[in-house]
Amino acid sequence: MMCARLEVQNATFSYDGKRNIFEDISFSVDSGDVFCILGPNGTGKSTLLRCLCNLYPLNAGNIYIDGKDISSYSPKKLAKKIGFIPQIHTPTFPYSVLQVVMMGRTPHLNMFASPSHRDREIALEALKTVNIEHIWDKPYTELSGGQMQLVLMARVLAQEPEILLLDEPTSHLDVGNQIYTIKMIRKLSQEGLALVMTSHFPDHTFLSSSKVGIMKDRKFLAMGPAEVVVTEENLQEAYGVPIKIVRIDGEIKRKIAVPVISD
Amino acid sequence: MKRVEIVGQENAHNSNDVTLSSKAKYRLYPGKASINFILFLLLIGVLITALFMGRYPIDPVTVVVIVVAGILEWIGDKIAIITGVKIAFFWSIPHTWSTVMDTVVWDVRLPRAIAVILAGSGLAVSGATYQGVFRNPLVSESILGVSAGAGVGAALAILMDQGTDVIQFSAFAFGLLAVGMTFAISRVYRSNPTLVFVLAGIIVGGLFSAIISLLKFVADPYSKLPDIVFWLMGSFAKASTANFIQVIPIILIATLVIVLLRWHLNIISMGDEEARSLGMDTKRFRLVFIVCSTLLTAAAVCIGGVIGWVGLIIPHISRMLVGPDHKDMIIASILLGGSYLLAVDTVCRTLMSVEIPISIVTSILGAPIFLYLLYITKKAWS
Repeated sequence: MMCARLEVQNATFSYDGKRNIFEDISFSVDSGDVFCILGPNGTGKSTLLRCLCNLYPLNAGNIYIDGKDISSYSPKKLAKKIGFIPQIHTPTFPYSVLQVVMMGRTPHLNMFASPSHRDREIALEALKTVNIEHIWDKPYTELSGGQMQLVLMARVLAQEPEILLLDEPTSHLDVGNQIYTIKMIRKLSQEGLALVMTSHFPDHTFLSSSKVGIMKDRKFLAMGPAEVVVTEENLQEAYGVPIKIVRIDGEIKRKIAVPVISD
Repeated sequence: MKRVEIVGQENAHNSNDVTLSSKAKYRLYPGKASINFILFLLLIGVLITALFMGRYPIDPVTVVVIVVAGILEWIGDKIAIITGVKIAFFWSIPHTWSTVMDTVVWDVRLPRAIAVILAGSGLAVSGATYQGVFRNPLVSESILGVSAGAGVGAALAILMDQGTDVIQFSAFAFGLLAVGMTFAISRVYRSNPTLVFVLAGIIVGGLFSAIISLLKFVADPYSKLPDIVFWLMGSFAKASTANFIQVIPIILIATLVIVLLRWHLNIISMGDEEARSLGMDTKRFRLVFIVCSTLLTAAAVCIGGVIGWVGLIIPHISRMLVGPDHKDMIIASILLGGSYLLAVDTVCRTLMSVEIPISIVTSILGAPIFLYLLYITKKAWS
């Protein structure tokens, strides 16, 4: 696999041209990296993620994939490079799980073509990878949030991108599914994908991320390895509440972040 | 394909109880191809029925023989013209029927039946396309104002004492004008293109409906008003080959484009952002889909007048029969739309001594059918 590298330089974005959502943001993500963006609600984490796959064009700055500006990619070429898992939502029509996963094959298809037998095999393979092949013919609209998340994961695997963007992949999931998703993210990065995700759980950065950026007031408050960046001071500044970081040894052997609630 | 194996995970995604040996297990809606084949047979059946039913009685077998003989002789003629050889085989069916029957079948009923099938298929497939593009199962082919626009065009032409040709052209042109206005209005806002389109369509539709009322108000109540009213209720009584031959290529090409691109309707129906992240140029595809559907609706309306409900209920029934995948559902809509409208038209011209305007029947049937569909598919929309 080619080494896909995402490079963001001085990215600035605004919906209305007046108020910037974020400005002058720079970072880079390499194959095998998991870059996690933390930050309070409404700081533009999701917007940044959408800019990375050119859903919203930047107002200033550049984003490069493999050294080429993303605005010079065709939508199809870009979708082969970069996959995006949006936050789950219920579509209008009750497509089956396999049909939804096969949609991931779109960038590989000719304009007039429908998915071939091979595309179907790839979609089934992706379903097996996330262990949900037993619900392949269930209507997607009737699934639980956790199952939907896994279907979208399977879809993006069928898309076979080199960079993966995940918008709050753990938000709608129970603890079991959260951990399952984190394990999946880890595994995908070991396979050589470059991952960028947003999250509301500082705690999860210790489990999965090689790099963390904390977004606050249009900028990154801090960026670097989770061990260095996810500190009590930074979290307090970002979220405005005191958060303790504790290391638990023994069986767990990792740091956890816990909010402090004082009456 | 990247294989990812999570070892030792102990949650609900365990799949020990599933065996993956048989590929046949993964066939979606196993009967869908055969359902579409049955729908094709249904269309042929309805067509034959439409040809023998009517004021002038012809039995079904004779109708089939007349059609087959006519087609063979036509092919024989063409071969004779090209090669100069007259092959007797093509004239081997003896004409045991009267020339009146030939005229009734070939010059009256068949052209009308073809016009009705084209209109029905066109309305159904454009309704299905609009529902996919606008991600809303409740929109129909008139959502962008095409029917109201066509109504204005027809009413204007009738007021100006024009013949059928001009009325048809005017209806077609004003239908497109209305949708063009919808497009122009929707450009004002940049965000949420689907919602803005629908709202702009409501604005334009409302405006053109008001203009229709105005035209009716100023029309001569003894000569012009009835014509306008009848046109708005829809009828294929005036459909002859000469009248709709110009719109046949429009309907065929627009349908073909939608059929070729139909898989992308699945993607665009997932939402704009999602479709774009899957590498689809949604702007261009949406434009192509809307242009084709609009041409289909305008063409259908200009042959048969305003016909309600077909574009709304046929896609729903198709979805029920073959599932939501547009790959099968578009084909089902084409076949079912043609059969349905032809069946309704046959009822319209045979039920009473006077022909019933077709939109009255499609509405009387459409309302309860839609109610029934709402009742049985409510789960899927929640």
